Amino acid sequence: MREEIVLQHRMKRLSDAVQQLVFVGPALLFFCLIVLVPFLMSFYYSLTDWNGVTTRVVWTGLSNFKRILLEDSEFRNAFWFTARYTLAAVVFANAVGFTLALLLTQPLKTRNVLRTVFFLPNVIAGLLLGFIWSFIFVKGFAAIGEWTGIGFFKLPWLGTASTAFWGMVIVSVWQMAGYLMVIYIAAMMNMPRELIEAAKIDGAGRWKMLRSIIVPLVMPAFTVCLFLTLSWSFKVFDLNLSLTKGGPFGSTESVALNIYKEAFQNNRYGLGTAKSLIFFVVVATVTTLQVIYTKRKEVEV
Amino acid sequence: MMEQTQRYNARLLAMEIAAVLLALLFLVPFYFVVINSLKSFGDLMRNAAGWPEAFRWDNYARVWEIMKFPRAFMNSLLITVLSNAGLVLISAMAAYRILRRPTVFNRVLFVLFIAAMVIPFQSIMIPLVKVASEVGLMDSRFGLIICYFGFGVSLNLFLYHGFMKSIPLEIEEAAVVDGCTPYGVFWRIVFPLLKPMTITILILNSLWIWNDFLLPLLVLHSADIRTIPLQTYSFFGQYTKQWDLALAGLVLGVAPMVAFFLLMQKHIIAGISAGAVKG
Repeated sequence: MREEIVLQHRMKRLSDAVQQLVFVGPALLFFCLIVLVPFLMSFYYSLTDWNGVTTRVVWTGLSNFKRILLEDSEFRNAFWFTARYTLAAVVFANAVGFTLALLLTQPLKTRNVLRTVFFLPNVIAGLLLGFIWSFIFVKGFAAIGEWTGIGFFKLPWLGTASTAFWGMVIVSVWQMAGYLMVIYIAAMMNMPRELIEAAKIDGAGRWKMLRSIIVPLVMPAFTVCLFLTLSWSFKVFDLNLSLTKGGPFGSTESVALNIYKEAFQNNRYGLGTAKSLIFFVVVATVTTLQVIYTKRKEVEV
Repeated sequence: MMEQTQRYNARLLAMEIAAVLLALLFLVPFYFVVINSLKSFGDLMRNAAGWPEAFRWDNYARVWEIMKFPRAFMNSLLITVLSNAGLVLISAMAAYRILRRPTVFNRVLFVLFIAAMVIPFQSIMIPLVKVASEVGLMDSRFGLIICYFGFGVSLNLFLYHGFMKSIPLEIEEAAVVDGCTPYGVFWRIVFPLLKPMTITILILNSLWIWNDFLLPLLVLHSADIRTIPLQTYSFFGQYTKQWDLALAGLVLGVAPMVAFFLLMQKHIIAGISAGAVKG
């Protein structure tokens, strides 16, 4: 009798262990193999002169980091470009996305079609968007410039550092605004009707309404949208490669492109991993701080 | 009173006009690309803004051949579908177990999955290439699918985990009383209830995987297994200045996703709203 109970107990524990393995095992295995192990390995490789080809890897201590921080002006420029680009893209994409959401929550007749149109650029691969816009900037703008005589369209868009920078920003805003619009619209639809009505009865003007009612109520959407745009812009690669290739003269090279080139074109895998770790620290810190900061601003309704 | 309604209407009309103009501005790039993809090279160079002198459908026929478009399309489709199927399977199961058996191990595991979401892809990719070649994942579509399992599982598990909290435990308990095994409970009871979240996850994953470029660039090398973005990239490299062909190639590359979006837009927009609220 007693043995039977013990046996039953053991069977139960065994079956529980099997369940754990069946349910969690595959997810854990792929996660470790693809994400965790390579990430941990990068801590080791960042301290070596690994070139990706030979099996001989020499430990070089912190010399990669020293070189990046003190000597590598290209990396510093890439960081500077990425920071400026991120700031501009985040601000303008959210401003446009939020405005579109305000506009398309009004009872417009063409509302549904317009939502589709504004979202459309987002379903296209960043790489293809970059190619599309390289044609627009080179041939399309020139044609419009000739036709209308407006100086804006006659600029050498991908030819100078500052116009190429704004070129990147324009395409990013065009790509991201529709996605943000969808999130802002969802948040605006969830606003409690009574609150809006009450504010109207109290005689709140449009501006007052926007500042005191709408913006605080959609704060959770701001948290999400800022997080998304920050991390997308920081990690920009596809669009950068296909639109400007980092040019002219490396002036629009993003950090992601710089890391890619260092590792896979210059074959300096060790140096590349060191850069990628610095990149990780910056991205993780900035996005975490942003989420903490905007979360604090969210109000409970 | 009358006057107010009218003023309101005029205001709405002004907004409508502004919104439509803005939408047209958003569509201008598509107009340029499509219209110029149908011109001869000389026509395109002379007038990039206007209507074609003659429609050159032949551009598409040539690009279809050069890009081996059907092959690239099938590669993209295969990779997207199988990655999605595997991801839904492994992340739904793991999320279920982690939620229902919150042991210390499972709780730590959950935090680990979530924390990994802040690691940028670029901080993993270099050693990943080494790991992938050690275990034989390089230059294979199957290997790429395995990589997507690893990169997608965190977000998918997180979304499922959040959604499952709303499923009442009583339903499962009733099924157990009726003699259902734990696997049966998951497959027959829980998984069907997850359907709204599964649709959201399928949409988010499809947009990501179909359009992804850098990971396939690192993993796939042979020409015959390239996805659409990879194939477009190499095609563009060869035909940089031949805009007539390059643009036809771009339209072909963009078309499947645009068609998918137009067909599924209700689900896609709902899915993105739902995914963002959780995220």
